This record gives sequence, C-alpha cells and structure tokens, in this order.
Amino acid sequence: MALITGYLVQGGQMLLILLLAPLITGWVRTLKAQLLRRRGPSLLQPYRDLRKLLRKDVVLAGSASWLFRVAPYLIFAAIWVAAALVPTFASGLPFSWTADLIAIVALLGTARFFLALAGLDTGTSFGGIGASREMMIASLAEPAMLMMVFTLSLLAGTTELSAVAQFMLTADVGLRVSLALALLALVMVAIAENARIPVDNPATHLELTMVHEAMVLEYSGRHLALIELAASLKLLLYLSLLSCIFVPWGMTTAGEDLTAYLTGIAAYLAKLGLGGFLLALFETGIAKMRVFRVDQFLGAALMLGLLGALLLFVSRSL
Amino acid sequence: MPLPLLLSLSMILLAIGLYAILASRRASCSRQIYGISLVICVILLGMALTHLLNAAAPVTLTLPLGLPWLGAHFRLDALSAFFLIVVNLGGAVASLFALGYGQHEPAPGRVLPFYPAFLADMNLVLLADDAFTFLFAWEFMSLSSWALVMAHHREPANARAGYLYLVMACLGTLALLLAFGLLAGANGGYDFATIRTVEMTPGLAALALILALIGTGSKAGLVPLHVWLPLAHPAAPSHVSALMSGVMTKVAVYGFIRIVFDLLGEPVAWWWGGLVLALGGITAVLGVLYALMQHDLKRLLAYHTVENIGIIFIGLGLALAFQSNQMYASAALALTAALFHVLNHSLFKSLLFMGTGAVLTATGERDMERLGGLIHPMPWTALAFLIGAAAISALPPLNGFVSEWLTFQAILLTPELPQWLLKFLAPAAGALLALSAALAAACFVKAFGITFLGRPRSPAAAKAQETDRYSLAALFSLAALCLLAGILPGLVVDGLSPAVGLLNGGAQLPAQQSQPWLTLVPVADVKSSYNGLLVLLFMALSGIFAAVSIHRFASNSVRRSPAWDCGFPNASPAAQYTAGSFAQPIRRVFGSVVFQAREHVTMPPPGDGRAAQFAVQLRDPVWDCGYAPLTAAIIKISTKLNYLQYLTIRQYLSLVFGALVLLLLGIALWR
Repeated sequence: MALITGYLVQGGQMLLILLLAPLITGWVRTLKAQLLRRRGPSLLQPYRDLRKLLRKDVVLAGSASWLFRVAPYLIFAAIWVAAALVPTFASGLPFSWTADLIAIVALLGTARFFLALAGLDTGTSFGGIGASREMMIASLAEPAMLMMVFTLSLLAGTTELSAVAQFMLTADVGLRVSLALALLALVMVAIAENARIPVDNPATHLELTMVHEAMVLEYSGRHLALIELAASLKLLLYLSLLSCIFVPWGMTTAGEDLTAYLTGIAAYLAKLGLGGFLLALFETGIAKMRVFRVDQFLGAALMLGLLGALLLFVSRSL
Repeated sequence: MPLPLLLSLSMILLAIGLYAILASRRASCSRQIYGISLVICVILLGMALTHLLNAAAPVTLTLPLGLPWLGAHFRLDALSAFFLIVVNLGGAVASLFALGYGQHEPAPGRVLPFYPAFLADMNLVLLADDAFTFLFAWEFMSLSSWALVMAHHREPANARAGYLYLVMACLGTLALLLAFGLLAGANGGYDFATIRTVEMTPGLAALALILALIGTGSKAGLVPLHVWLPLAHPAAPSHVSALMSGVMTKVAVYGFIRIVFDLLGEPVAWWWGGLVLALGGITAVLGVLYALMQHDLKRLLAYHTVENIGIIFIGLGLALAFQSNQMYASAALALTAALFHVLNHSLFKSLLFMGTGAVLTATGERDMERLGGLIHPMPWTALAFLIGAAAISALPPLNGFVSEWLTFQAILLTPELPQWLLKFLAPAAGALLALSAALAAACFVKAFGITFLGRPRSPAAAKAQETDRYSLAALFSLAALCLLAGILPGLVVDGLSPAVGLLNGGAQLPAQQSQPWLTLVPVADVKSSYNGLLVLLFMALSGIFAAVSIHRFASNSVRRSPAWDCGFPNASPAAQYTAGSFAQPIRRVFGSVVFQAREHVTMPPPGDGRAAQFAVQLRDPVWDCGYAPLTAAIIKISTKLNYLQYLTIRQYLSLVFGALVLLLLGIALWR
C-alpha cells in the first residue's frame, strides 16, 4: 500500500509540475508588466498560447530533417524527467534515487544538445547563431553548476538531491560562506540557463542578441508548443532546485499523511511565487549585457562555485 | 588452456598479413583478409570475456623465443583480459566495417598486409609478461601502425605526419626501455614476475614513473606529447584511424597501468597521483579546445581523443593518490571510472571515426566546411553518428555519462586525502573535467550539426549516397553497445571488478547486480546513485506520452514551406553557419587566451569590387613553447658540432681515447 501511495505521489508530482510550469511563466510575465506600469496579459495566457499552438499546423522548413521533428519530443522528455526528479513538495519520493544532481544537470545538457542541433538543422543563419551562442554559454554555465553541486555534496555527503534537501532541513547546517557562494553561483547559472535578462531576453524576436529564441525560430505549431512548455518546465526546475536546497522549510517527506502533503504543496507554491517575484524584480531592474560580456558573468559564477568547493576542502565548517 | 590458443590466433593474424603481401593484387583478397580478421577477433574477444567474467586465475606460459637467457613470457590475467576485450571488440568491428569500406581503398597492397599484423601486435603487447617481449611487441605495433599511416604516402601532409609519428614513437620506446631498465634493477631480471619483487628506492621509483609516463603518454597522446597524434591518426584509412584512436591509445593506457600499478607496486609518494591528475586535467581541457578549433572532421576526432585520454588519466591519478594514502575503497572507484572510460572511449571513438569514413566514401570530403545536409541522403549513418556524438558528449542515458559520473564521484571522495596540495588539485581537476565535458558537447554539436545538418555546402555533399550494409552493421553494433553500457552500467562495473581488484590489493567496488532496478551505487554509505535504465524508460515514456496525446487530441498535420529565417531567407548554402563561425564565440572566450586567436578582417572600401577577406590566426602553445625552441636548439647545436665531421684521423683517435678515459674515470669514481 505504501508503495502504491509512493508511486501515486511521484506521478502526482510529475503532473503537478507539468501543469504549474506555464503558470509560473505567466506569473513572471504579469509581474514584469505590472512593474513596468503595464496591465500585462492574464496569468493564464501561456495556457491559451499552448492550446492555440497545439491546434495549429506545423509549418516545416523545406530543408528540415527527421531530427528537427523528433527533437521537440526529446527535449521535452529530458527536461520533464529532470524536473520530475527535483523534490518539490516532498523529499524521498520512490524514484528520487534514479538520478542524482549531476545526472539532472546532464539531462538538461541532453536537452540543450538536441535544441542546438535543431537550430542548425534548417541551415539558416539565425538558427546557427543561436546554437553557437547557446553552446558557448553552456560551456561555462554547466561547469559552474557542477561546482555548485560539488559544494553541496561535500556538505551533505551525497549528490542525491532528495538527501541533500533532507540534510539542509537539519539544524547543523547553519549559515556558511560556502553555501552563500553556491547560492550566488546557482542563481547566476539559473539566469543564464533560462535565457533571462541580462544574459538573453525572452521577449525579443528580432535582435541579434537573442540566443534561445533564435534557435527555435523555425519551430511552429505543436513543436513550438512543446519547446515553450519545456522552457517553462526548465524555469520551474531551477526555481524548485533553489527552493529545495536553500529554503527547504515546509517540505514534507514521503510517507506522511495527506495534510502534510497539502502543507508541502502550499509551501512550495508560496516559494515559487516568491521566486517568480524576485526574478521579475531583478529582470526589470537590470539591462541586458553584450554577448561577449556573458563569459565574464558566467566565469564569475564558475569561480564562485569553485571557491565554495575549495573552502569546504579547507575546512568543513566554512 | 586459453593462452596457447590466444597466442596461436595472434600468430595466424600475422600469417595472413604475410599472405596479403602475396595476394593483395587479387580483388577478393580484401574481403578474405578482413573476414578472417573479423572471425579471429571475435574468437579472441569471446575468450577474453570468458576469462574476465569467470574471474579466472592468471595463466602463464614461457616459450623458448627471444633472448636466450630470458625466453618469451606470456600471461593472461584480469587486466590483460579486459584490455583484450577492448582491443578485439574494436578490431572485430573495424574488420566488419572494412568488409565494405576496404573496397574503396585505392592502394590495398599498402593496407592489407599491415592491418592484421597491427591487430596481432596489440594483442601481443597485452599478453607479454617480460620486458623484452613487451617492448618487441610495442615496437612492432608502432611500426605496423606507422606503415598504415603512410598508406597514402603521396600526400605531403601524410609524409610529415608519418615522420613525426616515427620520431615520437622512438622517443616513447626509448623512455620505456629506460623505465624497464630501472625496474629490473641491478640484477637485470626482465620478466615481470621478477620485476614485481624488486625493491626500489623512492627516487628510482619516481624516475621510473616519469619515464613510464613519457613512454606510454607519448603513445596515448598526453599533453605535451600529443603533437603527432592529430596528424597521424587522420592520415590512415578510416577503419585504421578508428583502431589507432579508439584502441591503440588504450594499449598505451594499459602499458601505463601495467607498469605503474602492477610492476612498481604501491605508490611510494603522494605527489605521483598529483602529477598524473594535473597532467590529465590539462590534457582534457586542451584536447577539447584544440578539437573545437578544427574544421577537418577526422582531425577534430583525433584531437578529441586527447581529451578522453585526459579524462582517463584523471581517474588514474585519483587512484594513485588514494592508493598512496591506503584508501583502497576510494581507489577502486577511481580505477573503475578510468577503466570504464577506456571501454567507453574505444566504443564511441571507433564509431565516430567509422562514421567519418562512411562520409569520406560518400563525398570524398572530410573538411566540414564543404559538407552539410548529409542527414538526408545518409539517414542511417547520421543516426549512428548522432548516438556516438551524444555518447561522447557525456549525455545520459548513454555510456559516456556513466564513466564521467563515476569520475566525479571519485573526486567527491578527495576531501579525505591528508595532503593539502591534493586537496586543492582534486577540485581543480573536477572543474577542468566539468569544463571539458561541457566543451565536448559544444564540439560535437559542431561536428554533427555542420556535417550532417543544414544544407549541402558542396556538390559532392549534395550527391552523397548511403553507405554499404557492412559499414552500417559495424556502426550500429557500436551504437547499440554505447546504449547498452549506458543503461546497464552495473553489469560493466561488475565485469571490471576482477581487473580493479588485481591493481588495488584486492579492494573492488561492491557488486552492483544485486541492486534493485540495476541501479549503480558505487559507494554504499554515500548513497549517490544513478540508474540509466530508468532514465531511459522515463524519457521514452514521457516522449511517447507527449507524442501520442498531441497526435491524438491536437493536430498532426504538417506543411512544407521555405525556411522563414525572420523573413529574410538566403537561398545560398554559404549563408549558413559554418564550422568556423560556430566555434567563433568559444574561440573568442577561450581561444584568445589559450591559442592567442586573432581575427583579421580585410574589408575593401566602397566601390572596390574585390571580395572581403577573413582570416583566423591561431598559435599552438605547446608547439611554440615546447617543440619549436627544442628543434631550434637541436639544429643550433648540430650546426655548431658540424665541424666534428671534418677532423683528421689523429683527431678522431684522440677523441675516442679521451672519451674512453673519461668513461673509465667515471666508473672508477662511481664505484
């Protein structure tokens, strides 16, 4: 019985994040609009966009190959699985041991790999520019992320995210310099990986500065819907990751009763709302940087992550 | 008795090499040679697999060959059995590929005699149990592969590559010769059983380690000894490139492991591990950065081999560091990671080189700037190449990720090390490993994307045709193995255990087969786990769920139209991103530091009809700081000493006499 409940909760989490993902995108968009004194679209606009896109025909470029048509499903699957493995409202779910934090980072890498290939597939200059810049950004963001993983796992003694979250809930973590550095590195990586300002602008379509939007320029219809949904899932994943590592309070563990789960979900929603608000605030307050400043931004994230790990090598109490 | 059979099969390989000299003019000869090589490699593979999986005891054999007072010693233990699997798996698949690919060879007489000999020599290196046999087989391996590099000797670049290879191979063998001399000690017992018992002073042991590092590192492609590798590996026919890059570098790794972990015994000083770790980290990042700058597909792959050798040496360095501190459980993890990566790299690098061979046959081009769009005429080759590219970029659920994950887990155990320098080196090596993994993904997006995707950039690429069935069978068997090793890593780790135990004083990883759902849990008390099978299953389920529900409940119609490209599509294929432009951001970020990359744009003034020029200038730091001054110094000294060639007979005699006196004096003082 416990086993079946466990599987049900795991499946519930998977569905929950899938349903929540467009909402969080809509939440950030609405907040950003209101911070700019605009009325902004409805919170539910991303759902409407998705429904509209799903119903439309796919217009495929003449030079597109089978890879271009398969890639959206692969990207969506990789990101959904990665997002489902991050603890949201409860830790220790039945499949939480399937992939640890390193594997989650690598799954995102799989999605990025195929997205970049899809960008190159139609043989247009915009696809190429997006793919090439995305890989440059990833070549710094991924190591920075892994350094953050090093810091966490040196503290918690494991790379398994569920166990890290449980460790962070214990009292003996305290305030640490290394954790502060890791938080900073993770936030910087999250901004870059989700194509947010100042690294990339999710709202532009006709600028040479764009990275993510340039790669998906040739996509339309259901393919575009899947890619947009995957992008929302990725944003949700990073917010869940930040909240389960650095603000794990309110999270329940698997096997508790229904009220505990409901509290966990409420706490999770509150954390997501706060995270989205902070993101919107940050994005409104800052200007986009040149592409060749991004390497300095992410290089700083890498150095911060490495410094955090090195501090722990020096002393376990830092 | 497996050993006599293994040896006689290797001898048959040598013999069919001799047969090929006589018969290579006949058209059927190519099929015969590759067919027999395939059968023999499969038998050898099966025997090595049985030996390793049964964890059988080592068997030895002494033949009255070679040096009269030494004889030829052979031994089959878990370590050589594992490397025999790598060599013969690569050999079998390369032979299968060559059944089709070899038909296009313009000069079969220059390839066929040396190909089986090359396979036989690699097998003999792994079976050798004394220094003489080992070096003999090693040198034969170098020479037969040199002959294969020179197969198309009329191209000037190949001749240069062959010359450089020969020089570096000589240097490597010289270092190994000296290393064995040190290992054998004053009494000169050159069989490995005697060498294991010799007690060495720490200084001499360290010298032997450095010599072994030079000797095997020059063959494996460790920076800064890698310079010959990216020239020589691409020069050979593609199935031989696959063998050289995927397999021969592993024989070099075997040499290093045999000498340092087995013959030298326990590492004496902690800095050994630190040295190997630092070299591995630098090799990994430099290798992939070099690879990113290449336009020639085969050269890109060859440079990328350098990166993977770096990853293997990171694992070996960690194992040495753990062993020198008696942390055998952690050393077992690091060794497993290194050996796993040896297997993985042999799989996907062979796959990628053979895929390049298929492209080369179809288009006659290996310059990526003249390829493109090959996924349309060659869908199967493209699929196999894509699997290889994803595997080498360490993407789950394929195999490359597992070995890198294991290496990361080993690095996470380093805070327990007592030495401060190692404590700082290990996370730095971790950062370098992470950087090289991310750059590898960029490198293979470029390699696959520019070659197979987009629109054809030359008429040759537009007229390409799918490759033959033998080649496809070879490509897909390797692709299947990449996937299998990725989703069932526990079985591979268990298979590696006897070899790890042999090198690690009996300590190995806990058995993985008993884990639920075949999960990989390398260190029981840390509880870090990874399950490739479930990741694949979940990904497949989510992807199928998305596809089915969208096609069922939403739209499933497709319209074809010209690319949109923001409203300004350019019909010319030259408007696409090229290999050079894809690498430009990375060249600016990393290359401006490492390679002093400079871009020169010559723009004619308005009204001038000339075309604009764009040139990229890269400098090779290793060549500029290491080899160029060295060659300059050698030439300078030899010019200075040139007058020695024009002395009178009396002066020569007095020189000889003086040298004799000096040597005798030296010996007298030494005693």
